[in-house]
Amino acid sequence: MKKRFLHVLVLALILLLAACGGDSDTGGDSGTSDNGGDSSSGEGTSDGESAGEGEIVEIEYWQYHFDSKVKLIDELIEEFEEANPGIKVKHTTFPYDQYNERVAAQVPAGRGPDVINLFYGWVPRYVDSGYLQPLPQDAFPHDEIESEFFPMVEAVKLDGEYWTIPTAVRTLALFYNKDLFAEAGLDPDSPPTTWDELVEYSIALTKRDNNNRLQQAGMAWEPSQQGHHWFRDALLYQAGGQGLSDDRKTILWDSTPAGLEAFKYWLDFPTTHGVAERDFYTDDVTAFRTGHAAMNVDGSFRIGTLQNDAPNFEWATAPLPMKDHRSTQSSFWSNGITSGVEGAKLDAAVKFLQFLTTDEVMERWLDEIGELPAKESVALQDKYLNHEIYGAFMEQLPYANAHFFVDESQERDLVIQAVDRVLLQNVSPEEAFEELVEETQKLFDNYWANR
Amino acid sequence: MAETTTTTTSQPLKPKPKKRKSRLTLKQSKYLFVYSCLLLPLIFYITIRFYPTLYTFNIGFREWNILSPEKPFVGMENYVALAQDPVFRKSLWNTLIFIVFGVSGQVVIGLAIALLLQRINKFVGVFRVIYFIPYVTSIVAVSWVFRWLFMNNGIINEFLVNIGIPPQLFLNSPDQAIYIIIGTMVWQALGFQMVIFLAGLENIPKMFYEAAEVDGANSWHKFKSVTLPLLNPTIVFSVVIGSINFIQVSFTQVVNMSVNAAGGPLHSTITIVVYIYQLAFRQYSMGLASAATVILFLIVLAITIFQMKVLSRKFDY
Repeated sequence: MKKRFLHVLVLALILLLAACGGDSDTGGDSGTSDNGGDSSSGEGTSDGESAGEGEIVEIEYWQYHFDSKVKLIDELIEEFEEANPGIKVKHTTFPYDQYNERVAAQVPAGRGPDVINLFYGWVPRYVDSGYLQPLPQDAFPHDEIESEFFPMVEAVKLDGEYWTIPTAVRTLALFYNKDLFAEAGLDPDSPPTTWDELVEYSIALTKRDNNNRLQQAGMAWEPSQQGHHWFRDALLYQAGGQGLSDDRKTILWDSTPAGLEAFKYWLDFPTTHGVAERDFYTDDVTAFRTGHAAMNVDGSFRIGTLQNDAPNFEWATAPLPMKDHRSTQSSFWSNGITSGVEGAKLDAAVKFLQFLTTDEVMERWLDEIGELPAKESVALQDKYLNHEIYGAFMEQLPYANAHFFVDESQERDLVIQAVDRVLLQNVSPEEAFEELVEETQKLFDNYWANR
Repeated sequence: MAETTTTTTSQPLKPKPKKRKSRLTLKQSKYLFVYSCLLLPLIFYITIRFYPTLYTFNIGFREWNILSPEKPFVGMENYVALAQDPVFRKSLWNTLIFIVFGVSGQVVIGLAIALLLQRINKFVGVFRVIYFIPYVTSIVAVSWVFRWLFMNNGIINEFLVNIGIPPQLFLNSPDQAIYIIIGTMVWQALGFQMVIFLAGLENIPKMFYEAAEVDGANSWHKFKSVTLPLLNPTIVFSVVIGSINFIQVSFTQVVNMSVNAAGGPLHSTITIVVYIYQLAFRQYSMGLASAATVILFLIVLAITIFQMKVLSRKFDY
């Protein structure tokens, strides 16, 4: 009797398992067919109709979520669809922090965008993974890209191909607080233009209390924010140093004394001159915005934030102070086409990319987002060069550098580590710099060895 | 077996279910219901937790840059690379510091508060609420409040300067940062520990204390010979929970409180979970990250077994 009951129980369990299994199977099926339905209906219509009438092709565009960019892209998509009745663009955004994760998570699932917006420093990794396809040369001839766009765009030229193309670029410049300039007896309309002046000004702008604690920093100084870029792409070249060898395999920072000179100059702000402190009022942006730091090196992407926050002081921008040469750092987000896209979809994607790189879109991008046009002819117009805020960023574009990152986050960490070694562990700048070059070179060796 | 199975399968289908039905008593059908209800979470657990866990073991032996479709098998290479990686070793060491200082701090202070609260009669509820509030506060909010307190020109440095002590680097210092983060975590977990210990203390029969008093024991003796042994299961529980908590939850605190949001300065606060996250989603080395996860799994397993075996001795009076 008891045994019998057990059998029943076991059997019931098996049945239930089977049923559940079946359920979850069917659930899974219906799930995939749902999703499949979505995508396949998209594909179905596109395939079917491209085969038949060639009416509606749907492409998917991904970018990270930045309110003004989302808004503008939505508007642009509408206009694009109007001009190209056969094409529909689906716009998907993800939070910046999770962008790479979301993309990565979609790869094994075999789903994802047709056109994707990527930070230029991520492009090598995406190219290596076979995620992107080169931009078709008939639509984007290399000589045209090279003559029309700023030279920094070459950072996304790998294996002799361009993989992505930007609408807009950004550069670093000096932000300064005019009120604090006036208070310190400096002329608010003549910002520092050389290395030495920058130091003099920042000393004049620094205030300490009776206990010798920093109250107002002459210079905001944050290696983890734009600081590492300032050193790598601006100070180094300004001192006459070099970045990478032409084949992009060797770090040349220590090939001339200029590298160490730039590194020391940069570190002197918090050490020798005592005009800056790391994490002063949590970070450089906050410190500048709240009037606790008189100057900051920051990107053109900060203009919007500052205008929206409307700090209660007058501020202005100026080109980065220089030494023997001019240089600034630049970076950009750029759009590429993923590798699986072909046929009618590819044509649609190319058209969309061409639309996003027209002069008109670039001008609107500047007006609404504050990022600088990627084409010389658009950026270097008088109305922009003479603009009181954008002018400083624009005029630096022709000599801006975009470092070729093999691993953006690790290269950044190495610079921070070198700074920490000097500031916290009393290692000499020479030794820390040597380590920095060595460790960064290792990343590059590793990258090229795996290709 | 097969025969019985076939007979039983046909049972529900038989035309005369009345007789069969009577075989399942009310109690039995109740069990059937309970077991089938319990099965659902089990299936969920297997597909959502167990299968990915096994998959992690598999990936640990492969090289996989998360974006690429290929995952070549590389044997033990990931484990060798981790063994040679100074940052990984540092993260293991930091995790150990987190567990040792965090758990002991949490247990000792939690027990002390519970003992004190047991002695008072007035405002017990108020104190319990005050001590418990941090536990139900968002970790991110707490982390940032502490971060601001310990800022270069924050209130704590202000206080130190006023009493003539030079300002400290605190979270910027590779020597101090980890202990500040541990302190924050201990402070936040105190409420939970307090509740557990209060419950444990309630369960100790009064007569043991009375008997001890008759024997002339002072409070220290009572604590040592009655409270502590009888509280042992509670202590083991809280140590196990605390250790696992410190291994897992340290992530949010470290990410929010370390200066570069990644276990800095100079990797002085990086824990194994933070490093796993960085390997997986910053450097996209899923193979390395999976291998590190397997190592973490083994550590958690070892700690749990050790604590179960060594700390859970039974005391009986």
